[in-house]
Amino acid sequence: MTLELFSQYLLAGITYGIIYAIVGIGFNIIYNTTGIINFAQGEFVMLGGMIAISMHQWLPLPLAIVAAVLLVMLIGALVEILFIRWLDRPSVLRMIIITIGISILVREAALHIWGEGVRSLPYFVGNEITTVRILGARVSPQVLWVIGVCTVMVLALSLFFKYTLQGKKMQACAANRVAATLCGISTKNMVTLSFMLSAGIGALAGCVMSPITYTQYDIGTGLAIKGFTVAILGGLGSSMAAVAAGLLLGLIESFSVSVVPLAFQDAISISLLLAILFLRPHGLFGNKDAADLKEF
Amino acid sequence: MKRHLPLGLLVLAIIGVQLLTRATDTAFYLTPLTMTAYYSLVIVGLCLLMGYAGQISLGHAGFFAIGGYLSAMLTTKNLVPFKDNSLISLCDELGLLVHGQDMFGSAFTHVQPWAACVCAVLVTIVVAYAIGIPVLKLKGHYLAMATLGFGIIVYRLALAFPLFGEADGISDVPGFPILPGLAVSGDFSSRVSNYYLAWGMVALAVWLLVNLIHSRVGRALKAIHGAEGAANATGINTSRYKLNTFVLSAVLASIAGIFLTHYNGGIGPSEAGIMKSVRYVAIVAIGGMANLWGALTMGALLNIMSLRGMFGSYDDAVFGAILIVIMLFAPQGLLGISLPAAFKRILRRGE
Amino acid sequence: MLLEINNLSRRFGGLQAVSDASFSVSQGMIKAVIGPNGAGKTTLFNLISGTLPPSSGAIHFKGQPIHGLPPWRIARLGMARTYQNIKLYPGMTALENVMVGRHCRSRAGFISGMLSLPWTKKEENASRAVAMELLALLDIADLAEVEATSLAFGQQRAVEFARALAMEPELLLLDEPAAGLNIYETAEVARLITKINGQGITVLLVEHDMSLVMDISHEIAVLSFGEKIAEGTPAEIQHNKEVIRIYLGEDDA
Repeated sequence: MTLELFSQYLLAGITYGIIYAIVGIGFNIIYNTTGIINFAQGEFVMLGGMIAISMHQWLPLPLAIVAAVLLVMLIGALVEILFIRWLDRPSVLRMIIITIGISILVREAALHIWGEGVRSLPYFVGNEITTVRILGARVSPQVLWVIGVCTVMVLALSLFFKYTLQGKKMQACAANRVAATLCGISTKNMVTLSFMLSAGIGALAGCVMSPITYTQYDIGTGLAIKGFTVAILGGLGSSMAAVAAGLLLGLIESFSVSVVPLAFQDAISISLLLAILFLRPHGLFGNKDAADLKEF
Repeated sequence: MKRHLPLGLLVLAIIGVQLLTRATDTAFYLTPLTMTAYYSLVIVGLCLLMGYAGQISLGHAGFFAIGGYLSAMLTTKNLVPFKDNSLISLCDELGLLVHGQDMFGSAFTHVQPWAACVCAVLVTIVVAYAIGIPVLKLKGHYLAMATLGFGIIVYRLALAFPLFGEADGISDVPGFPILPGLAVSGDFSSRVSNYYLAWGMVALAVWLLVNLIHSRVGRALKAIHGAEGAANATGINTSRYKLNTFVLSAVLASIAGIFLTHYNGGIGPSEAGIMKSVRYVAIVAIGGMANLWGALTMGALLNIMSLRGMFGSYDDAVFGAILIVIMLFAPQGLLGISLPAAFKRILRRGE
Repeated sequence: MLLEINNLSRRFGGLQAVSDASFSVSQGMIKAVIGPNGAGKTTLFNLISGTLPPSSGAIHFKGQPIHGLPPWRIARLGMARTYQNIKLYPGMTALENVMVGRHCRSRAGFISGMLSLPWTKKEENASRAVAMELLALLDIADLAEVEATSLAFGQQRAVEFARALAMEPELLLLDEPAAGLNIYETAEVARLITKINGQGITVLLVEHDMSLVMDISHEIAVLSFGEKIAEGTPAEIQHNKEVIRIYLGEDDA
């Protein structure tokens, strides 16, 4: 394998990997505050791209993206308020089925609004033939945007959780909801906030990745599965581990193309998911005893 | 035998509906009704798994596809180029192969439908055990995702191989002869007999499952669903029971896939897709998780409406919406709902 | 020795729930395990019945090692248990709950169940008869068709008891059988335990009610913070200084 090809695979892996990581972090944020796995997580990414594309018809690109992210955050809040908020200690099974239903509805709505076609945002810099040389490979500058924006998001999130009051409140909720309520933290609002946050980062990721991966009404499901894989791989609930896991998955997928036909690429990530679930469900970095005690 | 009273009603309903279509000259309804019957086989099996054993499966369409695709592939793949292979000639001597000539006069050799059916079911059993053993150790989200993953892998495999027709699937699947003169096929003239064959299978499956539910095994399953730890301490090998239930429901789905494929004359990758699996789960949920008759009734109703195109392009959305509405308001299913209780719950929300 | 526990330990992360416990239960006796809350008594039961694997140590039942075996296997060897927070099967009647107890004494499987063969029907009827007898023994025969989890607390206790007896156990583990019961009900429980013990069933019980324990036990073991600190007849235990100390505290003289 030439250096150029290797770098090509490497960068593709990192690009996709960090997107999967963002989706995985979205899962973790909601899981940490509510214990729910939000199967509709991938739809937020799809919506971000789709709405930005539509907005771009009237707004300049940066504004369109901002508008899209805000709108998707609103949708995230709406989903929480309409479907999740007023459930009284639902069982895990019920929550799974509800969020699957939500993801189906969002996807079908997208199908009816935007049709089956493939769309994309324009490249942020240059166009589809502009390339830059990184590590010996020729890639679109968009790749740098994806990696850059997502990295900034991850850093911002960790700062948010560590140093801001809101962030610490959410961490408190995650650790012990009852205790948090007793301290005066409104857990209801924390839940809504977590949905908005997850939706927002998903939407932004959806926007930056749109020029290279394209956006279509049904990309949500695949992303959700990969995001879930990443969240589990890193150990459910840990965001830094999700980043590592995301990059790992992205790289495995990317380099696997050199060994198996493209049609099997999805099967690789799903097989990885199954392997993790069967062999090490607490993830690479998770703690087995802690995971056993969690309620699933 | 009062437990079989609903079965008697079912048989009457089956006959009644057919006579009704004859009387109102709407015999074209028999086709979606027959297809619905085969989907119902999947649904009752899934109801046993989800409602009684308490295990969710978001990938059951995968088993349907394994049955359908294997049966289709074996009965349409021309083995003439391989006729010198020792395995093939052995099958030939055992009478498992069928020879003939196609429309253009060239010879073909397929596997006999019965042999293909047995083979497909055996493969399903092997796969179900292989998948079931690790998967059923999982719970909650993990179990759901694992079964979802399984379904997607089957879907991807169906799409990937030319042997399975890739995106076009397999067509020109021959009829499945049951008795001389009676075959499962899309033949116009045998619409009525096919209708009865299909629903007959459903009635048989229901009879078997109702017996099972009222037996020692059924009790054990309910115990496992209700309090798995206590069931284990009462001497029930919970892992084995969950696994066997999983395999049983997989076999039912597979048989449904086999016969529907012969009835339709073909199968496509969409039968393995997530949306089909979700559909089955939605129907079991709306019928009442542990309610075999509820699942059957709602399944028949919703599938007919869907097949007749009443949901238009919103087909998938309808089932998604059903899932949400049922899980939000009536997690015990529509037929288990108590309106006064539901009202009280909604009013209490206002506080 | 029906049951033998040797150097049994169980830790959860940093918490040593049971620490190097050893004792034995002879055939035919009633043995009680007592100790303050948090002493590790229920964990001990979970270890013996197989719900939890031990971190170290050995358990022998009828001479066979059972540590690490799944609970259902241990149950089939002849050990039944009840739970501190009752674990009845919801959605099933009292009778059906008890019939589940007959599971390990019957054979009908998937195929025979589906086909409803004649011998399975006979077996079902036999199971039902035994279950009804047990309900009658516990004076709750009239509640047979009532949904089990809707019964009163004391009645649920009785159903769980019947379910355990239905397994025809040689060793019965009772986890706080008198919890939440008044004096009369407790006396009734004592009478019942003595009666089934008289029929040959060995009993190991965890209990806080001292009158019950002192009344019917042949031997008592005392746990505190996961360690066994005393073992002996009721009279010996009542005079044991360590036991008095952990229950009543130091004498600040």
